[in-house]
Amino acid sequence: MTGEQPNTTAVDLMAPPPESPTRRERPAISAASARKIGDRDTMSLSAEVAKIQVNHLDLFYGADQALKDINLMIPEKRVTAFIGPSGCGKSTLLRCFNRMNDLVDICRIKGEIVMDGKNIYDRDVDVADLRRSVGMVFQKPNPFPKSIYENVAYGLRLQGVTSRRVLDEAVEKSLRAAALWDEVKDRLQDNAFGMSGGQQQRLVIARAIAIEPEVILLDEPASALDPISTLKIEELINELKQDYTIIIVTHNMQQAARVSDYTAFMYMGNLVEYGDTDTLFTNPNKKQTEDYITGRYG
Amino acid sequence: MAYMRQWFKSGTPWIWLNGGAVAFSMIMVAGLIGLIAVRGFGHFWPSDVALINLTTASGEQRTLIGQLVRSQTVPAVVARDSGETVPDDVELVTRHLIKTGNRDQTGQDFVWYLELGMQPWQYPRDIMVIERREWGNFYGQPVALLSEGSVIATPDSADFMSQLQAAVSRSIDLHEEIRRLERGAVGRINTQLERLRLDERRLELDEPPADVKAAELGRIAATRATLDDEYAVLRQELDVIYASTRRDTLQMRMADGNEVNISLAAIVRITEPNAMSVFGKSAQYVERLWEFLSDDPREANTEGGIFPAIFGTVTMVMVMSIMVTPFGILAAIYLREYAKQGTMTRIIRISVYNLAGVPSIVYGVFGLGFFVYYLGGSLDQMFYEAALPTPTFGTPGLFWASLTLALLTLPIVIVSTEEGLARIPSTIRQGSLALGATKSETLWKVVVPLATPAMMTGLILAIARAAGEVAPLMLVGVVKLAPALPIDATFPFLHLDRKIMHLGFHIYDVGFQSPNVEAARPLVYATALILVILIMVLNLAAISIRNHLRERYRSAGE
Repeated sequence: MTGEQPNTTAVDLMAPPPESPTRRERPAISAASARKIGDRDTMSLSAEVAKIQVNHLDLFYGADQALKDINLMIPEKRVTAFIGPSGCGKSTLLRCFNRMNDLVDICRIKGEIVMDGKNIYDRDVDVADLRRSVGMVFQKPNPFPKSIYENVAYGLRLQGVTSRRVLDEAVEKSLRAAALWDEVKDRLQDNAFGMSGGQQQRLVIARAIAIEPEVILLDEPASALDPISTLKIEELINELKQDYTIIIVTHNMQQAARVSDYTAFMYMGNLVEYGDTDTLFTNPNKKQTEDYITGRYG
Repeated sequence: MAYMRQWFKSGTPWIWLNGGAVAFSMIMVAGLIGLIAVRGFGHFWPSDVALINLTTASGEQRTLIGQLVRSQTVPAVVARDSGETVPDDVELVTRHLIKTGNRDQTGQDFVWYLELGMQPWQYPRDIMVIERREWGNFYGQPVALLSEGSVIATPDSADFMSQLQAAVSRSIDLHEEIRRLERGAVGRINTQLERLRLDERRLELDEPPADVKAAELGRIAATRATLDDEYAVLRQELDVIYASTRRDTLQMRMADGNEVNISLAAIVRITEPNAMSVFGKSAQYVERLWEFLSDDPREANTEGGIFPAIFGTVTMVMVMSIMVTPFGILAAIYLREYAKQGTMTRIIRISVYNLAGVPSIVYGVFGLGFFVYYLGGSLDQMFYEAALPTPTFGTPGLFWASLTLALLTLPIVIVSTEEGLARIPSTIRQGSLALGATKSETLWKVVVPLATPAMMTGLILAIARAAGEVAPLMLVGVVKLAPALPIDATFPFLHLDRKIMHLGFHIYDVGFQSPNVEAARPLVYATALILVILIMVLNLAAISIRNHLRERYRSAGE
């Protein structure tokens, strides 16, 4: 062992602070960040078009209150990130937008979530319809035990699409949008389980895009992936916000800083602070937010 | 001491103990299979036939011809107790069980003889073993081949064997012809006559208008007359063939010098084991093994084959699988996916688990009481009234046997399907729901396909259990000797009302209900081995399907 090596190792092992040189060495992210920081200067929530408006939302699991009087506006065709320590209610809030919480028997909801002028918790709302317009990607890749092609076509087949031509087009378009087409175009009939974790996650995103939703919910989409796959997913999120409203839950604050336009910090079921990502990370209003992003807890 | 403690801490004794348990289990299994294989399949080897001259204790000279079955050495006291005369100065005696055959002539075909007083055994090449349709084997030396009472060949002539074999194959061909006619044409006429009888009976029960009834009766009478004529023609044809089979006779000399005439019509096979090479014996062995697998049983199941039992077992297991799989899977899906999980579902689940432990004979009694007498009796009242008092479904049969076994194996299928459904990760279900699928779409398009390997596992266990079951079957449809197979060429092809034969019951019947214990013993082993092999084949087929499915859904459950 030479004298220099321990030094290098020490640097690698240390968790890099947000502005550490390690991050600058990754050109793709740096470029994206640079571009976004440029955009963000002109960004303000008040200037955005609202896609979803959450009003006085309370959520209970049995007797425990998991969300407390949440009020927030999700802007259209932007990336909104929810951050906060484990158990703060960010995933629970995300699952309210496509009513996945309905699957939990003991879950009760008060307040309203208005999407395009309609409260999605109204009695006359068809949950299956809602979920068609609000797609979701989960923490662990969850492809179906079917071929790559059938995974992407699944949502369309549910809607009764049988035309081979329409399906072929939709599958190709979605896989291209998910930056997966070139990798899988020669093995569309192979089982989806044969793909790598990162590919599976992009397949799941393609599956969600295929039914042309308006909103895409991402629940820690990169937490089970390696750094290179994570990078790809993040690039993909940047692409997708041209056409979709994206809400992402993440544990990883650098990731929130890299990909989102707006960030909400949640703690113990409360929405502590919500604003454009740059301001929230560089100049937070609340002490709690500052403590969290500087790593004092969480 | 410290070393010992170290040794215990290292876990080595545990490894030895666990390894020992595995080795012990393997030895038990291999020993079991090995024992029944050797005992069962040795039976088909054409062993040499000995000619033995011996002097009995009373000084009488005797000659035996027969095959050695087994020998044992016992204290002289034991031999004396069993009635043998043994000189006082002898302490150990060896005795041999000889299969001497010729049961029709001597009354017993397996006899113990003491080695004392035996002269060296001889193996004359001209000793013949004749397998007969009745009375078991005949052992002896040929004297002459007779055709219509006159000698056409003697053992001195060079072509005696070829002439004899030609005559035997001629008689076997004739026998096949008779069987074909009786099973085919005669059977068909009988079926039609039976149908006419039922039509007639139905007319009496329904009491239609007089003119309709008269016309029908006229039709029945006319058809019956035609059938009777057809039968008369067939009967004549059969009589001719029967007469023709009686043409040839083989004259044989037994060990005691008496001569016997055996009609070739009664002969299945003639061999001369002492004159055969190892290759000839091997060919013979394969032929006899094949006959065992493919032929009907003869002589109260102590000779011939076990084909109807194999066929019946397989058919019954198939029908059972068709009945138990959909029921079990549907019940499990409801219990796991739709039913509200609470006290009620827990009670139901515990009851189902406990059903798996109910002794099978209880299912048999239930099947007989409820399925056969109540359900079957009601079916007969409703649909087969004309045939009464002869029951159609109100008597044990294939359908009731399969249904009883389906009930018996239902808990197994439900439990494994439920476990399979519980193992499907919730993320997969949520993925489907998040795409706008309803609960049932998610269930049928994603969850159930993923759970198919578990369902197959349940079916495999069910098949293994059902194929080996005997006790309930004795009550609900399995018999010692079934007149016809459950599947044949007459409508409706699968005859659910027929009684069937079953390998498990066949073992019991041959082993413990047989009039000829020594003759049956090797067949018990052979049948047991066939049953084990059959269950293995059924299991391997199901396992390969399951592995194929598992491969398809490989990492989903992980």
